Amino acid sequence: MTDSASTRTLVLERDLPHPQEKVWRALTEGPLLAQWMMNNDFQPVVGHSFTFRATPMPNWNGIVECQVLLVEPQQKLSYRWGVGGADGWIVTLTLTPTASGTQLRMEQSGFLPDQTPAYQGANYGWQKFLGNLERVVAEVN
Amino acid sequence: MVLFVKRASVNPVFRALADPTRRAIFEQLTRQGEQTVHALTHFAGVSQPAVSKHLTVLKRARLVRHRRQGRETHYRAHVDALAPVADWLTQYGAFWRERFDQLEDLLKRMDP
Repeated sequence: MTDSASTRTLVLERDLPHPQEKVWRALTEGPLLAQWMMNNDFQPVVGHSFTFRATPMPNWNGIVECQVLLVEPQQKLSYRWGVGGADGWIVTLTLTPTASGTQLRMEQSGFLPDQTPAYQGANYGWQKFLGNLERVVAEVN
Repeated sequence: MVLFVKRASVNPVFRALADPTRRAIFEQLTRQGEQTVHALTHFAGVSQPAVSKHLTVLKRARLVRHRRQGRETHYRAHVDALAPVADWLTQYGAFWRERFDQLEDLLKRMDP
C-alpha cells in the first residue's frame, strides 16, 4: 500500500529526568509496567501475545489484546494494540538519552509502521494536518 | 475513557487522508468553501483525472459532498466526517498523557 508511509497518527513525547536503563525497566518489567499502565502478562519477547487488563466499563470489557512486534533493548519497544476485536493499532515507545535523562516518545498508529525514507516528510505533513484539524472542527461546531 | 473508539470508524477517514494531495484538496475545501473540479485541478497542480480520482476516495470516506450544476461538479468539505478522528486523537491523547504522569510517579519511587 503506497499510502502506508503517512498513516502514523498520535505522537507524544516526554522528557524524563531518569537514566535510560531505569525507564526501560519501567516499560518492560511486568510488575513495574502494571503500576503506570495496566495489569499485564507482558514479556519483552518478539511474538509474545499478552493482555493489558483494566476495570471493565459499560462499553469496554477492560481488555487490550497485544502482541510484541519489536524489542531493541534500552531503545525501542513496539506492540500491536487491539481493543474490542479490532485487529489493532501499533504502539511504539522509543527512548533517547538526553543531557538531563531520557526522552520517551510514544507513537500510536492505525497501520503497520513504514520504514521507508519517504516516511519523515509524509509524517510531517500528516502532523501538520492534525494540527489544522482541530481548528477546522472547532470552527464548524 | 477512550479505548473503545472503534478502529473501523476511523479507518476510511485515515486512509483517505493518508495521501498528501488528498489532504491538500480537503484542506482547500475547508478553507475556501465550495469549489469546482476545475478550480481544484488548478489548485492541486495535477491532472483533472487524478483530481477526480482523489475526490472519489474522499467522497467514499464521506469527507466531501458534491452537486452538479450544468457541466460543472461542485465539491464541498463535509467536516463532520472527521469527528471519529478528532475523538480518537482527543481521547487517546488524554489516555497517554495520564499514563506518562503515572510513569513519572513510578520512576520517582524506583531505586536509581
